[in-house]
Amino acid sequence: MIEISDLHKSYTMGSNSLHVLKGIDFSVKEGEMVSIMGSSGSGKSTLLNILGMLDEADQGSYTLDGVHIKDLNEKIAAQYRNKFLGFIFQSFNLINYKNALDNVSMPLYYQGIKRKERTEKAMHYLEKVGLAEWATHLPSELSGGQKQRVAIARALASDPKVLLADEPTGALDTKTSYEVMDLIQGINEEGKTILVVTHEHDIAQMTKRIVNLKDGRIIDDTLVNQVKASSYV
Amino acid sequence: MFDLERWQEIFETLSKNKLQTFLTMVSVFSGVLILIILIGFSTGIQNGVRSQFEQDATNRIAIRSGVTTKEYKGLNPGRRIQMRNVDFSDLNRKYEDDIEYKTGIYNIWGGQTTYGKESGNYRIEGAYPDQQFIENASMVAGRFLSQDDMDESRKVVIIGNQVKKDLFKSKEAVGETIKIFDINFKVVGVYSDPGGEREETRLFLPLPTAQKVFNGGDRLRSMAYTVKMSDDFDAAVALSESLSEGFETDLKSKYSVAPDDRSAFRVNNTLEEARKIYSLIDMISAVFWFIGLGTIIAGVVGVGNIMLIVVKERTKEIGIRKALGALPSSIVGMILQEAIFITAIAGFGGLFLGVIALNIASPFIDSDFIKFPRVDFVTSITIVLIIIFAGALAGYFPARRAANIKPIEALRDE
Repeated sequence: MIEISDLHKSYTMGSNSLHVLKGIDFSVKEGEMVSIMGSSGSGKSTLLNILGMLDEADQGSYTLDGVHIKDLNEKIAAQYRNKFLGFIFQSFNLINYKNALDNVSMPLYYQGIKRKERTEKAMHYLEKVGLAEWATHLPSELSGGQKQRVAIARALASDPKVLLADEPTGALDTKTSYEVMDLIQGINEEGKTILVVTHEHDIAQMTKRIVNLKDGRIIDDTLVNQVKASSYV
Repeated sequence: MFDLERWQEIFETLSKNKLQTFLTMVSVFSGVLILIILIGFSTGIQNGVRSQFEQDATNRIAIRSGVTTKEYKGLNPGRRIQMRNVDFSDLNRKYEDDIEYKTGIYNIWGGQTTYGKESGNYRIEGAYPDQQFIENASMVAGRFLSQDDMDESRKVVIIGNQVKKDLFKSKEAVGETIKIFDINFKVVGVYSDPGGEREETRLFLPLPTAQKVFNGGDRLRSMAYTVKMSDDFDAAVALSESLSEGFETDLKSKYSVAPDDRSAFRVNNTLEEARKIYSLIDMISAVFWFIGLGTIIAGVVGVGNIMLIVVKERTKEIGIRKALGALPSSIVGMILQEAIFITAIAGFGGLFLGVIALNIASPFIDSDFIKFPRVDFVTSITIVLIIIFAGALAGYFPARRAANIKPIEALRDE
């Protein structure tokens, strides 16, 4: 599903150049659930951004579902993002003046799907995350866990190949974190490929594979015995 | 443009940013309103001034005589100059080619006029048939003076519309007999004059009749001409000027008046004045347009500014939209459409209210120099196009900026 090799990325900050990714080789198969760990500054977010086509690598190759991701212009990147990827952010990134349903149907709007069908689909995914009765509520009326679940529903709405989650539980308490992870595990069990960036070990243990980053290099890549989040709930 | 979904998005965002939307609309609205009112008034001034000139032919040259103020060829100052019929015919003969209409005038002020029980004091002018065209008079009833009236010194009179209203009320005036200083005259025509009431409270008699009846002999109070017009306005002005100078020089040398004596003969060249006033009007309307457009530009810059703030405030939202697969073109389209929409709505509002305000104010404006302030259709369309163009311009730069927002940076923007 994801193939990257020899990925380099550096940022220029004033006169200093910061080499963040120093040659990453990494692949993810369909249906995997991988967590990317590392302390802050290890380059894990940068890696995720490149995988998410929000940022571009300086060097190296990236193949997503057999498509070479290279020399993207804004337009193609937007189309790929819409088609291939679903994002889950730490700070949820819901549009605060749109209700839950409208937030979820947003990627469908950009796919050019008609309103009626969009609403049906969005409602379906809201049901899936257990928030059907909150459909008309604004994000400000939802709890953190509910917001993240809306965001997950939104990420799923466009039926992407890969879900990218950047610290999905970073802003949530432990109990809510496990609830959210339970949901994400469920989605993975339905066959969706999921990448989770986290610095929390208990969260990482809930995935099937942990990739450890340090100073822009992968130092460790091991399969783990997945801990079911439902056992904590 | 007719994408319903897009409109729903726009209404949603606008209603979420009520204050910004409101402020933007106010600035555009007031800009257009001011422009409309300024243009309306500049049209009003043009109409007013034009009608001031229209009370007489615009190519009129009038000659009056007065008292000398300078000693010349041994003659003392203070001499009263009296023009006579022969002066009129001399000038006619000499300048025949350049003259269009001509008349000598013998008039008396406060001619007591009665019809039945009604009476009034009016200015009585003895004139030739050409007077109708020189005065820009049009007939309401009957006819104007004819050559036969002159040749036979008929006791006929043409009365102004106001005189007719005073003396005859709603009765038919033509064919009736009125008395001027107890002398009977037959009314043969009623005229109206664009100059209004003041110009319509006059009575015209055949010049020979007036000179005989009021002991005028062969004396003339004034002479009036119109100069032949050509398509080239400047050429006509030049001809009018040379003709005026010719008249003045001839009369001065004939009556031994110093060439620089300004009081003995006064030659009034309307066309020359008209040109000055018309260029002044052009200047005024140019200034009004300039001010109005400046106001619109200020409004549009305001829109651009507010759209920039909107983009800045919505950076994160735009980032999210892009992360979810929004194409740059859809972001540009959204911002542009929003800007055009609010400028157009506010602009049309200003246009509409401005036109209504002019229509309401119009009847209350009681000035000879401002008449029927209004904005014509072509101007309105021009303004509408300017507004839409301005809206697009105001939206373009913020839209470009929005499209260039990197989702990764936008999402970091807390």
